[in-house]
Amino acid sequence: MSEYNVLIVEDSPTMRQLISFALKRLRGIRIVEANDGVDGLKKLSAEKFDLIFTDINMPIMDGLKLVSLVRNDAGYKETPIVVITTEGAQEDRERALALGANDYITKPIQPNRILDVAKGLLKIA
Amino acid sequence: MATDDDRGLHSKAEEFLQVFKKGAEFTGELMRENERLRYRVLQLEEASRSTEGRTGASDESLRLTARIKELEQEKEEILGRIREVEEENEDFATRYVEIEQENNNLANLYIASYQLHSTLDFKEVLQIITEIVINLIGAEEFAIMLLDEKTNELQAVATEGLEREDVPSVKFGNGVIGEVAKSGESYFVEDVGSYEPDMAAPMVCIPLKIKEHVIGALVIYKLLQQKSKFAQVDYELFTLLAGHAATAIFSSRLYSDSERKLSTIQGFLDLLTR
Repeated sequence: MSEYNVLIVEDSPTMRQLISFALKRLRGIRIVEANDGVDGLKKLSAEKFDLIFTDINMPIMDGLKLVSLVRNDAGYKETPIVVITTEGAQEDRERALALGANDYITKPIQPNRILDVAKGLLKIA
Repeated sequence: MATDDDRGLHSKAEEFLQVFKKGAEFTGELMRENERLRYRVLQLEEASRSTEGRTGASDESLRLTARIKELEQEKEEILGRIREVEEENEDFATRYVEIEQENNNLANLYIASYQLHSTLDFKEVLQIITEIVINLIGAEEFAIMLLDEKTNELQAVATEGLEREDVPSVKFGNGVIGEVAKSGESYFVEDVGSYEPDMAAPMVCIPLKIKEHVIGALVIYKLLQQKSKFAQVDYELFTLLAGHAATAIFSSRLYSDSERKLSTIQGFLDLLTR
């Protein structure tokens, strides 16, 4: 039985699969994927998540808007959020952190970095 | 009146007494000597017992010394084994990191391959190649060029970080890009760090080919800020892209063409059957 529910909000299937692949190395992880911010919100309202990974640049609703909405939801005030950015997008990253994101990962994605961030935020030894 | 016999007897008695006294003295001396010797024997017996005790202690000491030596030898052996185990641990740790890295690399290659063949839509294939080059290789400015067999020119069909118009068309066999397309051999600048952007001479040029038939090229002009050089897995990804991206592009174009033709034929059939 899964101990942790993780939501990946990312418009790129390649990125979703990459993050998902890395996270599956942790035991007791259940992964749900969303294509964009709106899809992410739908999934967040349908069930409870322990960790959210979200890209910033997405169609329909971007990651910054999603972070803002999630942090204003009483049920998700404490849920860790990790934003996915490019190294050059310093402003986006800072804005996401100011809006309440807990950490960030930069592209190109390193699976070990995803694992370290997830372990730290889920408090897995 | 004493006679001579009486005097003789008296004299003998005197002599006897003298002898008796001497005998008594001698006996006394013998008894003292005997006593002294007995005392000495006791002393010697005591000394002997003491010596025997000391010899026993000495044996115990020897036994303990031998045991200490054995234990020290055992300790040395255990320390040696610990050192071996520590070395083995270090080897395992290094190997673990290598295997983990290899695992990550294989995951990247699997994902790239899986995604490339996940669709038959030409635009989606180009989008997937773009995502792979950004997210797995870490390129910031690049173009996907395809060979137009009518004009024999390579033209950009998708770009990232650049305008498509900025990428010049290249004649097959001309310049770095044209030569890569002709030879089918990948091109890499020797030092990524000192590369100066040049649209005619990219940092990396990978031929997109199906077996030996080149259908285009992937040209990279700039890497993401945090990417200073290529890792081994990048070269493996380039090799994978050279084959799989070409196949995916080729298949999707064929599929699009056949869909279009099918749609046209269906249109004609509809007209004929009305």
